[in-house]
Amino acid sequence: MKAIRLAATVLIVVIAMASVLGSLLPVFDYARQDRERINAGVSAAHWLGTDDLGRDRLSRLLHGTQVSLLLAPAAAALSMLLALVIGAASGLIGGFAERSSKLIIDLFLSIPWLFLLLIVRAMLPLNTSPALSAVVTFLMLGALGWAAPARILQARASRLRHAPFILLARAAGISRCRLVFHHVLPNLRPVLLAQFWISVPVFILAEANLSLLGLGVAEPLPSLGSLLRELESALSLGSDVCRFAALMVLILVVSSLQIAVPQQEAC
Amino acid sequence: MRRVFFGTCLFLVAFLAAASCSDELRFYLRSEPKTFNPALVADDSSETVRYLTGGVLLRLNRQSQNLQPELAQAWTVSRDGRTITFTLRKNVRFSDGTPFSALDVKYTMEQLMDPALHSPTGDAFRSSSGRMIVTVLGPDKVAITFPAPVAGLAALFDQVAIVSSQSARHEMASLGPFYIAEHKPGSYVYLRRNPNYWKHDVSGRQLPYLDSIKLEIQSNRDIEFLRFTRNEIHLINSMDADYFDRLALSAPAKVRDAGPSLDSEQMWFNQVPTAPIPAYKREWFRSRSFRLAISSGISRDDLCKVVFKGHATPARGPVSPANKFWFNARLQPVPLDTKRALQLLEQDGFRLSSGKLYDRAGHPVEFSIVTNAGNRAREAMATMIQQDLRAAGITVNVVTLDFPSLIQRISKSFDYEAALLGLVNDELDPNAQMNVWLSSSEEHQWNPQQSAPATPWEAEIDQLMRAQASSMQDATRKKYYDRVQKIVADEAPFIYLVNKNALTGITPTVQGARPVPLRPQTFWNIEYLKLADERAGSGN
Repeated sequence: MKAIRLAATVLIVVIAMASVLGSLLPVFDYARQDRERINAGVSAAHWLGTDDLGRDRLSRLLHGTQVSLLLAPAAAALSMLLALVIGAASGLIGGFAERSSKLIIDLFLSIPWLFLLLIVRAMLPLNTSPALSAVVTFLMLGALGWAAPARILQARASRLRHAPFILLARAAGISRCRLVFHHVLPNLRPVLLAQFWISVPVFILAEANLSLLGLGVAEPLPSLGSLLRELESALSLGSDVCRFAALMVLILVVSSLQIAVPQQEAC
Repeated sequence: MRRVFFGTCLFLVAFLAAASCSDELRFYLRSEPKTFNPALVADDSSETVRYLTGGVLLRLNRQSQNLQPELAQAWTVSRDGRTITFTLRKNVRFSDGTPFSALDVKYTMEQLMDPALHSPTGDAFRSSSGRMIVTVLGPDKVAITFPAPVAGLAALFDQVAIVSSQSARHEMASLGPFYIAEHKPGSYVYLRRNPNYWKHDVSGRQLPYLDSIKLEIQSNRDIEFLRFTRNEIHLINSMDADYFDRLALSAPAKVRDAGPSLDSEQMWFNQVPTAPIPAYKREWFRSRSFRLAISSGISRDDLCKVVFKGHATPARGPVSPANKFWFNARLQPVPLDTKRALQLLEQDGFRLSSGKLYDRAGHPVEFSIVTNAGNRAREAMATMIQQDLRAAGITVNVVTLDFPSLIQRISKSFDYEAALLGLVNDELDPNAQMNVWLSSSEEHQWNPQQSAPATPWEAEIDQLMRAQASSMQDATRKKYYDRVQKIVADEAPFIYLVNKNALTGITPTVQGARPVPLRPQTFWNIEYLKLADERAGSGN
């Protein structure tokens, strides 16, 4: 199990480094359209061919991976922060705070997130640059994806509230700040990390879902989701080069889950 | 006992073989028909059923684009354009056997014009308030008088399916080539050959040739394409360029490019005075030079080549070349000319500095184009426009929105800068576009519902559109409408980009198909379509 986890971590690191280093290389601009070479096959100039607007697929794959790999963890971190503040804090406080936050979490979980995302996205200002639109899309995902981890953190924090070592610490007159940072947070860390690694692929896939609807990261900036759109019609299923984006998503999702599972088991 | 068993088996096999050999045409409707009442038709699927089942007095020949007599043997329009008199065909019966007479025309028209029914087909006849009068002049003669002249009056009857005034089946009794035999909601509509159809071919054989049509309801185009490649359906009325090219490689006999369609793709800038956009941007969008510069900065040839794989034509103006009579052939498509674009912008005080364009006040030129999410062609067009205009130092942000949000922005809140959308045209007559060109109209997209025309050229368009609508001479109407097209090309309130070609799929087993750009592209001559032995065509 440890070996699989290590392999998954190495794989993610290698992909991240390749995407960062690769996108720094002076190959093709991911946005440049070579209109004389649309849907070109694999060649020395275009290692993965070109897309339907004549843009270099390799360059777009590297940049798309970079965008998804940088922003999905950032969105997951935001989500965890909100989950910690709302879920864990209310679980520790208990009483009315716990009951009301439970209600809010249940409410958030019952909302169909895709429709909520569509509504929120429709309200965004129109003149945002593609890079900003990518950040906003993932921030939106992070801001809306906190409820499920908050539920788990709340349950864990609630259990900790009644744990003998916490009661003992309180009886010993330990300060609230010290209690949180020295006793509660270290005990919540495995749950938090597991939820973080589960959220990363969830956000990559959520962005892919939005992009499949044409509502993800704005053109011409690529993301793994927007690259997956090439697979949306039956025609592209025969095209080998389109599958690299799907393969990349698969590797990232499986690797993230492999990192998350042992941590969840440890909880 | 054994003999009886084998006899039954043989009978079943023969029956099934006979059933499979019956001439049943199959194709897809992309949505559930919303109504079978011909007066209430407003969606494509209902229109398809109406076209196949409805008997009309006059039919627009989709190939020649001329009117031809159907249930009316002859017709005359009065000089004042208010009255049309039809001489009806004799001995015609509905599919259920009830006879057809002038009373049915009267009944249909009165139903159509009943304000309580809210018939979209009836709306086309309402040129002013007042009552329409239908006078039955005999069993086969009827005159219809409207309160005011209706331009292009005869052509409007192409949409009027005659309903029986006597039949217990009401609108389900058909005068067209087929009648509705079965409808399984969400699954299919089954049409059978009308045994009483009046039309015969030159050899005297009763039409239609086909026995039945199965219209399966399927919105997924991938499934439609895959079933078409497997010869499980016979027709695809309208196909995307990607699918067309794929089929053209594997089965060239199955695809036909009927040339430019009536549909256009265009972009426009928001010129609404109360729109929540910065004042300096509103000034850009109101500037004729700015709009013309943007038009010159876009490569229409590349849009046709890349997005539509060559199956599109650079648009010249509001009317497609597919519209033979109303198209203004003197207009030319705007070629890509970045130098001219920059010259036009300089005239308005814009200046290019370090590859970026700035207006007179120093604002960088940046705007967003909204389009509907999920439409790959429009998204690709917007992305190409983004790159084209970058050469003129202009930053374009492409924003895709779900359709309800897009409509909300372009027609209610006006919170957008530029929009890229298409116009689906079904009708040839300019009257059908009155709602687009009149400055007081809600559909006057760049600046709708004006209390008075905001510009002199919009005032002139209003005047010309009203003049053509009240004229009864086609030549005069054409002169007026040509001028409207010229003004639109000169002022560029809409920047017309491309006219998509009508791409169709027809299996070689379908004989007699002559696809045209006008709807319904593949089965406009449905009476004359035949099916050859399917097994013979299965190899294609």
